[in-house]
Amino acid sequence: MKTSSPLKWFASREGLYYLGLAALLVIILPLILDPFRLNMVGKYLTYAFVAIGLVMCWGKAGILSLGQGVFFGLGGYCMAMFLKLEASTPEATAIQSTPGIPDFMDWNQLTELPWFWEPFHSFSFTLLAVIGVPVLLAFVIGLAMFTRRVGGVYFAIITQAIAAVLTILIIGQQGFTGGVNGITDLQTLKGWDIRTDEARNILYFVCVGMLFLVLFVARFVQNSKLGRILVAMNAQETRVRFSGYDVAAFKIFVFCLAAAFAGVGGAMFTLIVGFMSPSFIGIVASIEMVIFCALGGRLSILGAVYGALLVNAAKSGFSESFPELWPFAMGALFIGVVLAFPNGMAGLYQTYVMPLEDKIFRRNKAKATAAPKPEATRPTADKTDDYDPIIDRYSPEKS
Amino acid sequence: MFDGYTSSELMSIFAMQGFAGLSLFSVFVLMALGLTIIFGQMGVINMAHGEFMILGAYTTYLTSGFFQSYLPGLFGGYFFIAMILAFLVCAALGALVEWLMIRHLYHRPLDTLLATWGLSLIMQQAYRSIFGAREVGVDLPQWMLGAFNVTDLVQLPINGLFVMIIALSIAVGLYLLMYRSGYGRKVRAVVQNRPMAEAVGINSAGIDRATFALGCGIAGVAGAAFTMIGSTGPSSGQAYIVDTFLVVVFGGAQSLIGTIVSAFGISQAQSTMEFFLSGSMAKVLTLLVVIGILMLRPEGLMALKVRR
Repeated sequence: MKTSSPLKWFASREGLYYLGLAALLVIILPLILDPFRLNMVGKYLTYAFVAIGLVMCWGKAGILSLGQGVFFGLGGYCMAMFLKLEASTPEATAIQSTPGIPDFMDWNQLTELPWFWEPFHSFSFTLLAVIGVPVLLAFVIGLAMFTRRVGGVYFAIITQAIAAVLTILIIGQQGFTGGVNGITDLQTLKGWDIRTDEARNILYFVCVGMLFLVLFVARFVQNSKLGRILVAMNAQETRVRFSGYDVAAFKIFVFCLAAAFAGVGGAMFTLIVGFMSPSFIGIVASIEMVIFCALGGRLSILGAVYGALLVNAAKSGFSESFPELWPFAMGALFIGVVLAFPNGMAGLYQTYVMPLEDKIFRRNKAKATAAPKPEATRPTADKTDDYDPIIDRYSPEKS
Repeated sequence: MFDGYTSSELMSIFAMQGFAGLSLFSVFVLMALGLTIIFGQMGVINMAHGEFMILGAYTTYLTSGFFQSYLPGLFGGYFFIAMILAFLVCAALGALVEWLMIRHLYHRPLDTLLATWGLSLIMQQAYRSIFGAREVGVDLPQWMLGAFNVTDLVQLPINGLFVMIIALSIAVGLYLLMYRSGYGRKVRAVVQNRPMAEAVGINSAGIDRATFALGCGIAGVAGAAFTMIGSTGPSSGQAYIVDTFLVVVFGGAQSLIGTIVSAFGISQAQSTMEFFLSGSMAKVLTLLVVIGILMLRPEGLMALKVRR
């Protein structure tokens, strides 16, 4: 998968996919959508960060985390705390009994800023925390679970419980966290008003830029030797372990990577939407994030972006016109994706569209010998096919 | 958190909260038993289990309405009919779901989780469309009202006691079925070694379907019992599903005794801590302790010692 020059890579098939996505996000959508809709697309894109992380963690390495909302939320809350402190200057909160602290603390009879809020006065600390806090938690969870060889279903249930713990904690500790309303009324980022149309436009493009950064990091990881070990681990964990690899360390790494992506997504979410609340990060939200990844294709990082966009667009569309039908559609989506096309849209694309492309590419190649060789960017075989169901079901890692 | 209480006060607080926690215990046991046999025996994560329970509750609600309008004389005993109906309805739906969906996913346990989550969304919305978003409750027959006074401090409501008896008798019945019957022997054979069980002539597909239906049927009975102590709405099932999965995993997935012990431990811990802390903090602490112990003992409290 080595390419000699970036230009050549962009002319390759994989490069064209990335260019296509870039064209869609940077040119087409901003041209056809009004600022309000574009802001919504920006919101959907922040979920794509999580979905890309899930592709790496679940699709490649086989670790299904049902608690990605936790990391999304931690990133989002870190950013929200910074913005809230900036909005709570002593002048702006002069009517409170203790000016200078966020309004919800005043409502809950808190008289001074809690210690863990203090560092969020600093912007550079906040930027660090947006990635650092989720990664730290992921590292602790991963270290505790993977070195004890907890995996599969057990891991999924425990991460789900962690998502439950975090939401109960946030809702219960109203004075510290804003409770069920979340942290609202965010206004400026370093003095720059984030609520104007212009600011939202800029934030959208920043979000797209970050998304491509994350995509390239994910692509780099999946094409490196490490990425191939992850895939091997998913198929035959014991064999990889017996070959001398520290399986737990690889798992912790990819889990932390997914957490970092989710944290960045959460921070962008706060900036784009203008507030953060527990309803975006709980159990239901976390499991919906898995369907973004599953619909797009659990093996394809680009598919994850399209999955997040499509599911969220469908959700907005449905809930505007037929609120009753959305849960049915969502349920059918879960069942349909799992039963009928486990590799999602990317899998369908590969089966039906790629053969056509192959023909075109081959014709080009016949004409101009310099044309780059088409590369398969994704593993072609359905990975469940060469699974040994017995090993899968009875080996301790998978049970 | 124990400051300012004398030891005798503490004792009576523990006793009081312990009795209060018993109804939570019954709910956990009733839900977890059905999950345990599906998850422990088949490795399937049924996220729609709560919705099967609600289906049982709605069946009971309809039956009670039927008895009130057409057979008021027999109202005192409607509950037993409702329980059987709830079992049959849920088991039938369970068998259908197994045939349509689950049997295609046996070698992909994580995918059963997603698919049944989708099923639960559909069922919830169906309840909302049919029965409305409001919670419904049933009228209790006369003999179930009232309470036993055990001591001055401790009162046991009869309906709560009744639900607990149901929970324990289902547990005993399930134990007998699993460990003292031919069917149970076949189930355990399939769990331990599927190809070998098939080689000696056990219809493993049939066993799977029967087990899934049985688990769903028990969820239905749980729902019927649930109406005796509280009202049910379309999303009440989901409120318990994560807790119950933790109960199952904490107890050790294949152990019925472990499930009961862990249900008891978790419900008691939560109920006792609720007295000293707020309800949400008690829940957070309980869940954290459970997660912590699970990290130390990933196979659960009472895991079967099998060589894998």
